[in-house]
Amino acid sequence: MAGASELGTGPGAAGGDGDDSLYPIAVLIDELRNEDVQLRLNSIKKLSTIALALGVERTRSELLPFLTDTIYDEDEVLLALAEQLGNFTGLVGGPDFAHCLLPPLENLATVEETVVRDKAVESLRQISQEHTPVALEAYFVPLVKRLASGDWFTSRTSACGLFSVCYPRASNAVKAEIRQQFRSLCSDDTPMVRRAAASKLGEFAKVLELDSVKSGIVPLFTSLASDEQDSVRLLAVEACVSIAQLLSQDDLETLVMPTLRQAAEDKSWRVRYMVADRFSELQKAMGPKITLNDLIPAFQNLLKDCEAEVRAAAAHEVKELGENLPIEDRETIIMNQILPYIKELVSDTNQHVKSALASVIMGLSTILGKENTIEHLLPLFLAQLKDECPEVRLNIISNLDCVNEVIGIRQLSQSLLPAIVELAEDAKWRVRLAIIEYMPLLAGQLGVEFFDEKLNSLCMAWLVDHVYAIREAATNNLMKLVQKFGTEWAQNTIVPKVLVMANDPNYLHRMTTLFCINALSEACGQEITTKQMLPIVLKMAGDQVANVRFNVAKSLQKIGPILDTNALQGEVKPVLQKLGQDEDMDVKYFAQEAISVVAQRLRKLDFPVKDSGEPSVPRADKNHFPRPTVPGEDMGKGPVYQLRGDTRDTLAQLEIAELVHFSQSTD
Amino acid sequence: WVGRGGGAGGGNDIQWCFSQVKGAVDDDVAEADIISTVEFNHSGELLATGDKGGRVVIFQQEQENKIQSHSRGEYNVYSTFQSHEPEFDYLKSLEIEEKINKIRWLPQKNAAQFLLSTNDKTIKLWKISERDKRPEGYNLKEEDGRYRDPTTVTTLRVPVFRPMDLMVEASPRRIFANAHTYHINSISINSDYETYLSADDLRINLWHLEITDRSFNIVDIKPANMEELTEVITAAEFHPNSCNTFVYSSSKGTIRLCDMRASALCDRHSKLFEEPEDPSNRSFFSEIISSISDVKFSHSGRYMMTRDYLSVKIWDLNMENRPVETYQVHEYLRSKLCSLYENDCIFDKFECCWNGSDSVVMTGSYNNFFRMFDRNTKRDITLEASRENNKPRTVLKPRKVCASGKRKKDEISVDSLDFNKKILHTAWHPKENIIAVATTNNLYIFQDKVN
Repeated sequence: MAGASELGTGPGAAGGDGDDSLYPIAVLIDELRNEDVQLRLNSIKKLSTIALALGVERTRSELLPFLTDTIYDEDEVLLALAEQLGNFTGLVGGPDFAHCLLPPLENLATVEETVVRDKAVESLRQISQEHTPVALEAYFVPLVKRLASGDWFTSRTSACGLFSVCYPRASNAVKAEIRQQFRSLCSDDTPMVRRAAASKLGEFAKVLELDSVKSGIVPLFTSLASDEQDSVRLLAVEACVSIAQLLSQDDLETLVMPTLRQAAEDKSWRVRYMVADRFSELQKAMGPKITLNDLIPAFQNLLKDCEAEVRAAAAHEVKELGENLPIEDRETIIMNQILPYIKELVSDTNQHVKSALASVIMGLSTILGKENTIEHLLPLFLAQLKDECPEVRLNIISNLDCVNEVIGIRQLSQSLLPAIVELAEDAKWRVRLAIIEYMPLLAGQLGVEFFDEKLNSLCMAWLVDHVYAIREAATNNLMKLVQKFGTEWAQNTIVPKVLVMANDPNYLHRMTTLFCINALSEACGQEITTKQMLPIVLKMAGDQVANVRFNVAKSLQKIGPILDTNALQGEVKPVLQKLGQDEDMDVKYFAQEAISVVAQRLRKLDFPVKDSGEPSVPRADKNHFPRPTVPGEDMGKGPVYQLRGDTRDTLAQLEIAELVHFSQSTD
Repeated sequence: WVGRGGGAGGGNDIQWCFSQVKGAVDDDVAEADIISTVEFNHSGELLATGDKGGRVVIFQQEQENKIQSHSRGEYNVYSTFQSHEPEFDYLKSLEIEEKINKIRWLPQKNAAQFLLSTNDKTIKLWKISERDKRPEGYNLKEEDGRYRDPTTVTTLRVPVFRPMDLMVEASPRRIFANAHTYHINSISINSDYETYLSADDLRINLWHLEITDRSFNIVDIKPANMEELTEVITAAEFHPNSCNTFVYSSSKGTIRLCDMRASALCDRHSKLFEEPEDPSNRSFFSEIISSISDVKFSHSGRYMMTRDYLSVKIWDLNMENRPVETYQVHEYLRSKLCSLYENDCIFDKFECCWNGSDSVVMTGSYNNFFRMFDRNTKRDITLEASRENNKPRTVLKPRKVCASGKRKKDEISVDSLDFNKKILHTAWHPKENIIAVATTNNLYIFQDKVN
């Protein structure tokens, strides 16, 4: 910032003999090395502007060498630089000169920060497409080789992601070299490089000739899958999915299956977890025959694995596995081979396993049909509804809709109700909050009679919960219920109970009445609002607690649009004016705010013809000032002004970039 | 270069020579200057120390001097930085000391060097990098900051990198905080290069080196009722090449080996190393002196070494019921335990280290003595870190403590040992016979005599 503002006040930036158009560029170039990282970042993001001004020749001969050495900077600057360079081909003179971009990206591909390296590799991949086949072999392939044989593992990990882009366009001799290089990285000394190679194995396999896949990739896959490091072996499971897609059924059986079988029984739970986690992908890639013969037995083992993490991951896959089975036999397979294991999991000792199962088990009912569901699944649902862990119960309740389609929710209602009541009264407020969110759904499925009989009292009880978040959720819940059951229902069952709370000795409960009115007025419509709610609100204006009084002002502002002129003019306005004279500062403030909104509404109602032409009315509003103009000849200092604006823009972008950065790094 | 031949020690013994001493000369020791950890990096080219003042000092070995070929490069200060600052936990009303408990170097990944440093609560990842170029040339101002008249700007200038004096920068890259309720006693980097563990009195957490907002608890020995607490974790370390294996030692003198493949939580160990107690030595102090203060895997990964108050034990990972070797460090103190208990010395946490080929182990003692045990010859030696014989290439004289009876010439009586001078932290160069020994506020570097 400092740089920009100093420049702004510096000697007349515009005019004089200097070239006006150079000034903004000069500022941008200088800020490439400003002390403020935000300004550097801003300049890097405007790198294309700088390059355009310099022209292709100076960009190649001066800017790129400078950028090549700029590797000491902060990560976010390097990340932005790596990204910019991916789209720079046009600015250095087109595809013929694309290779000039390689040196800075090569440097960036060796920094320690993974996000920067990955971005540099991404840009390199992009640029590789712009190389002519000759340039590719003359410049790009040597770069990949340098990275692949670098001293430090950062450069070798980066190389792993570049083989697949140069391979398809290389000559046969070079292709052989590339395969050889990839092979040696697969047996690198450092696990980092082997991991990078394992994670790119599938991608590389896709660009190889089928013969090379069988003769080259499969042995690499086999050796990575039996690496001494768990973290390498588990990545081989991922590669398995892509490799399997390339091979015929017979080849899969002989070349891939032995390794996959071994992974499913690996000594390390992390590898087995990976198999469980990717199970439906593996199932699709391996095809129905292998699934039946091999994968289902493996899956059974994963469902009864000794490590809970593995069981939970497998349980999560149950529904998708079922859906992916061939339609004609899936019922028998699930009934005979999967269901017995699921029954065990319902009473698992680990709550994560049970809750993972609960989140998908309902989905099986559509696959198994009505009879099987009633006979076999229903007992499981009922057991899970009674589970000691609230999360399990919640997961069942949140998926009721799948079951509803098959057997109707009434089948469950006997057990459902106690489960809901228990969750509704759970000691943990987050559990209560979660069950409230399902109330509208349940209400819709159970119907108004059942609801009135069993659940209504719960919904009202939440209104006086001691946790604010619950009271707030409860008011929103009422609104959704009214939308579902209609105004008549609201008038008969909800509104009277809400309004009674206005006389409650606890001021928090009195405020809840106001919050409910805020939420319900629109759904209930003008008549109920004017006749039943408004009098109560107005009466509460005399409450002794200031918080209640200013909430009255807020409520009046909120329900104002629903009321007619008479009510506004005759009842609301006087009360607000009185509150506007309140001794409490906050009450006064909110009352005055409400008055101006109500006044505006009244003016609109006075000119009903103009009601639709809204813009014409606010012009009369005394609150509407013309936009202030900035004194001085700032417009003349275009670039500086622009820079300031851009800096703010940059900050916003940076925030986004950081978010992205953060989420990537936590993966 | 391995100077092992002949000499006063005879046999294959190394003759140790004084090389350097770092730190203040005066006897007035500032609390902040007390060295709290010493660690060579993986090549041995860098040596890091941490102190009670939260500082990390890194020494770099000079390139070998061709003229004086008989002395290897000396270690000179390469970088000094403040790693941790004193903090205050407002929720618990606890002061958090800045003292560096441990430093661990990461395997080198690019031209820069990285290390983890930790105090009681927070682990930090530091990058130490060199810079020898800086950009020059502005459009709108001179190098000294004076603004140019913008009207004179008629062409654009792109800055150019020019050589400059070498600058070493230390920058914090990651801060791993808020995961430990108790004091962190160990950190250890996994051989997978992407995770590390941190251990406190009751728990061990597993971190990813790139993720600071999440760690996994892998061991938790906290009993539901703290009154039932009988032991605490004293040290923990990853196996040097088997990524799923780590050990932790306890205040009861046991070491547990855990296999992370077996399950996500390693509360159940797969091996328990424990030596049955000798009933004849049983006393009030038995439990205190059996507490393990340090555990270190050998470079090969076959053995591990533990240090308790009086001895060093070497365990074969394949044998759980007793150590394969036991070395007495200062057995003569057994009769002094009572007074050592009274002056709290009995709770001193001595560390231990292996030489590069796992054939010799080293650990510290009192009176600025340190001990080495040759595993092949079973020969042991006591040496002293002292300023008195600090002429370069002076051969260190072996010291002897006389336990009782008549004191021979050159022997020191147990009663005249200075218990305020203790050597807790030592480190051995991973490849060469160069050792770093920390006395209270001085760092001594010794090397073998090269003829």
